[in-house]
Amino acid sequence: MAEQSVSRRDFLVKAAQGTAMAATGGLLWVYLLRQEARAHPFALRPPGALTEKDFNAACIKCGQCVVSCPYDTLKLAGSGGDLPIGMPYFEPRKIPCYLCPDIPCMKACPTGALSPELKNINDSRMGLAVIDLENCLSWKGLRCEICHRECPLKGKAITLEMHPRQLSKHAMFYPIVNSDACTGCGICEKACPTTEAAIRILPHSMVQGKIGEHYRLGWTFETEITQDFKPYEAPAPAPSDAPPPKKAPGMDYLNEGGL
Amino acid sequence: MNDLGGYSVRADALASTEKLHKRSIGARVWSWRYIVLRRIVQVGVLLLFIGTAHWAWQYPAKTPFLSGNLSASKFIGLIPMADPFATLQIFLTGHVLQQEVLIGTAIIFGFYLLLGGRVFCAWVCPVNMVTDLAGWLRTKLDIRAIVHLPRSVRYFILAAALVLSAVTGVAAFEWVSPVGMMHREIIFGIGFGFLALLAIFLFDLLILKNGWCGHFCPLGAFWSLVGKAGLVKVRFDKTNCTHCGECAKVCPEPQVLNLKKIEERGMVFSGECSNCGRCTALCPEGSLAFDLRPLIRKHNARAEQSAV
Repeated sequence: MAEQSVSRRDFLVKAAQGTAMAATGGLLWVYLLRQEARAHPFALRPPGALTEKDFNAACIKCGQCVVSCPYDTLKLAGSGGDLPIGMPYFEPRKIPCYLCPDIPCMKACPTGALSPELKNINDSRMGLAVIDLENCLSWKGLRCEICHRECPLKGKAITLEMHPRQLSKHAMFYPIVNSDACTGCGICEKACPTTEAAIRILPHSMVQGKIGEHYRLGWTFETEITQDFKPYEAPAPAPSDAPPPKKAPGMDYLNEGGL
Repeated sequence: MNDLGGYSVRADALASTEKLHKRSIGARVWSWRYIVLRRIVQVGVLLLFIGTAHWAWQYPAKTPFLSGNLSASKFIGLIPMADPFATLQIFLTGHVLQQEVLIGTAIIFGFYLLLGGRVFCAWVCPVNMVTDLAGWLRTKLDIRAIVHLPRSVRYFILAAALVLSAVTGVAAFEWVSPVGMMHREIIFGIGFGFLALLAIFLFDLLILKNGWCGHFCPLGAFWSLVGKAGLVKVRFDKTNCTHCGECAKVCPEPQVLNLKKIEERGMVFSGECSNCGRCTALCPEGSLAFDLRPLIRKHNARAEQSAV
């Protein structure tokens, strides 16, 4: 009997030790994974990349997109760096994405982390160009507009707005980024002549707000009108046999007669 | 006769050992043949990847020759390959895998199923070069063990990798794998992966013999499970074995050379054998040699008959 309880005790201790080892190791591992996965929210992914969470799951870190890129735009993140380990990214200020119409990187991806649903490279949304209005030469009043001229979707992704000034000065030409057309290729960031780029690409989640569905912009043509603002009509009074309510004498001319 | 751990040391065993130590220089060099071959294959595979990534090696024209790395790759634009363990983890994260990577997985899985799973470890994996160096140096410097761990730890790590992939939503081992780090960073540029490799090297050298490959690596554990069914096996001929034990001294997984067990089967049957060929090249009596599984029984029967 005593022997049995010793072996049972042994078994329980062993089991507890094993569980403790597994739990410690597992937690440490999960911690590492979480650290790595949230390493850097600024990573720009190749065209067609799934949303960051799905991309993290699906990318097998093989680098075939990197090999297929004819401009050496794409790189694989090394370990221990700021970016999640082993996955492709690009830095537009160094080499932007030149928007190959045949999308070789997406075709090279074996897992679908770069989604084959992207048929037209102009539909890719790698990020969004953001202008630093304080340091943009055009917004300062100089004639620059290089980003607009270099933009592969010029007139759609980047448009110019003309603002005339006093007679002795030329008009200002403001570059404006339109998020519905900007692919985030980064050619503008590469071309920007300021010391630090005054236009740069950021992931959509870093810069884009969301208006919320309850706002109705009644003055835009696109806004769907969901309510008709008809003037209030009182329901017709139910016919009744009761005598009309007694009126205060002396007030009738105000209430009934025209003035 | 001395009694040594259950096996009595026989006179012919001592003679075998002596034979081994006295062999000629030519025979010594010849016994390195598998090591040299393995290094050629390991470096060669790496070189094909590097050449394609850096020097744009192409065949046929305008098609990358061998694009990617050991996680997934494509050969001459035609044959996809993928690491089954990596795709299994990705599958468990809940991502729906594309056809190409599934075909690649089937190809690689079938390849090692036929050849023996841990052939990957000894013949392809780049980390093997690091751990082999550590193991060799450890023997040279005669560094004694300070910790012991059961070799089954790797199977628990394998299970943990699969569970954590499902829990965290990222391929758990691929995100920390030193195998992936080393291969990727040699091909695609240096990060801090070499620190992980340095850690493995020092751990193997100073703390636990064959620590990474023999105790921890879940990829090796995965291939061990697959490798049981392999066709290429090390044949064991009990008729001329003298139990000198030289094979177990050089084997990185000596538990697979349990003579009593391999006598019954006539071969090294454990999936943990990586077919590195150290024992076959060294065995002074020629009892151990590579052979195809279906031919082993016939060969051993013939050997027994001629011995009688």
